[in-house]
Amino acid sequence: MQVVLDAEAVQRGLRRVAGQIVERSHGLSDVVLIGIRRGGEPIADALAHWLLELEGQTVPRGSVDITLYRDDTATALANPKIGPSQVPGSLQNKVVILCDDVVFTGRTVRAAIDALMDYGRPRRIELAALVERSGRELPIVPDYSVIKLDLEPEDRVEVLDDALGLRALVHSTGARSVVPSFI
Amino acid sequence: MNSERLRHLVSASDLDAPAATRILDAAEAFFEVSRRPIRKVPTLRGKTVINCFFEASTRTRTSFELAGKRLGADVVNMAGSSSSTTKGETLKDTVATLDAMHADVIVVRHGASGAAHYVAQRSRAAVVNAGDGMHEHPTQALLDAFTIRKRVGRIDGLRVTIVGDIQHSRVARSNAILLTRLGASVCVAGPRTMLPCPADSLGVRAFDRLEPALEGADVVMMLRIQRERLGAALFPSLREYSKVYGLSTARLALAKPDAIVMHPGPMNRGVEISDEVADGPRSVVLDQVEAGVAVRMAVLYVCASEPEASLTDVTG
Repeated sequence: MQVVLDAEAVQRGLRRVAGQIVERSHGLSDVVLIGIRRGGEPIADALAHWLLELEGQTVPRGSVDITLYRDDTATALANPKIGPSQVPGSLQNKVVILCDDVVFTGRTVRAAIDALMDYGRPRRIELAALVERSGRELPIVPDYSVIKLDLEPEDRVEVLDDALGLRALVHSTGARSVVPSFI
Repeated sequence: MNSERLRHLVSASDLDAPAATRILDAAEAFFEVSRRPIRKVPTLRGKTVINCFFEASTRTRTSFELAGKRLGADVVNMAGSSSSTTKGETLKDTVATLDAMHADVIVVRHGASGAAHYVAQRSRAAVVNAGDGMHEHPTQALLDAFTIRKRVGRIDGLRVTIVGDIQHSRVARSNAILLTRLGASVCVAGPRTMLPCPADSLGVRAFDRLEPALEGADVVMMLRIQRERLGAALFPSLREYSKVYGLSTARLALAKPDAIVMHPGPMNRGVEISDEVADGPRSVVLDQVEAGVAVRMAVLYVCASEPEASLTDVTG
């Protein structure tokens, strides 16, 4: 087990991402943060905090549950509980920053994009992730991420969100240590 | 946790408390889907649901149809009167025919008690009972439980009074089973000719007068007087029934001040329920209809999923 992002590094990275969001969107008008339940919710919360800090503006926040949009609903081993999606109003013409903790195969993101489209037609959807790891099975690339990890398929990334703050750990099968590349 | 898959839903007794709660929890998510601008999710895309209604029904059939369509399934409606049964085909052959068409779920409404069970035993598809004679109507009980939970906040510990023709009511039977399992204390009231015999055979207390049954009730569930099912007269007249067992504002005052009033519909206004109560602030009749679609989405979701997929929590 190796800590690749401690609480401080997570917040520092997310503050940078918040700055990039402001830069790319020329401000925050029409920006909505949507966390993918449940790992993406604290990421969306932290980004909202830093956006408020940077621009003095509260950005609408919501969450999306992808259970009903999974591409393996029919064969999923054990179907997790379906949670309610909470989307703040219509997404028509909004700039949606879709937030997740770890982007791996890309299938979750695909499902989340489909789910979002059922709430209106956003002007643009961008993807922000805490950890961008290797292993994509779909052509999906995050627009913003705090860290990039080149991992073996069986390695596992865990994001903790407790009293000590948001942290990212890697459980690696081999003895080698992971060299994170900060972006 | 019980991870046994729910294959068919024939009786409310197919559901233990955790299984029923899982369906109600899932229905919360589907409730949200029905309030979105685009009321459709792709979950059951490519699945086929056949609504097989051998008995007249508007709201239940429409509700199942919307539920299937909002989940992205292909829904086919087969009405009894237009089907081959009028040409003499037996139920057994009808089931075999539907089965050969590779239906994933068959929703059955039939006038004969036990029809859903009969179909379930002969079909590869999952079977959902949408009402079989005087036996059961489990999805009605689930939507009633959902409505109670949403309005009152809980089911456990509540006092629920069901009033009307208890003996011939599939709604009363399924509700008595399900709500008792979810921790409510259920009692029934109606004329003696309409109470089960023996009176406690449903496992709940029975009253032949309305007033004592209403005292302290959190939920009052009025049943429709089913004129079409009453061969012999079980009471002298509708007017007399209304006088003794009809729910008026004055009678409702006997229940708890915040008690809610339910009715599975369609209502006989002026018979079992007065206009004033039916349209009053404590009536949740339309909430029940809205809950119907969400609950049936949850039931179809569970029954149409492949064997491994159940509503079990990953941690469970």
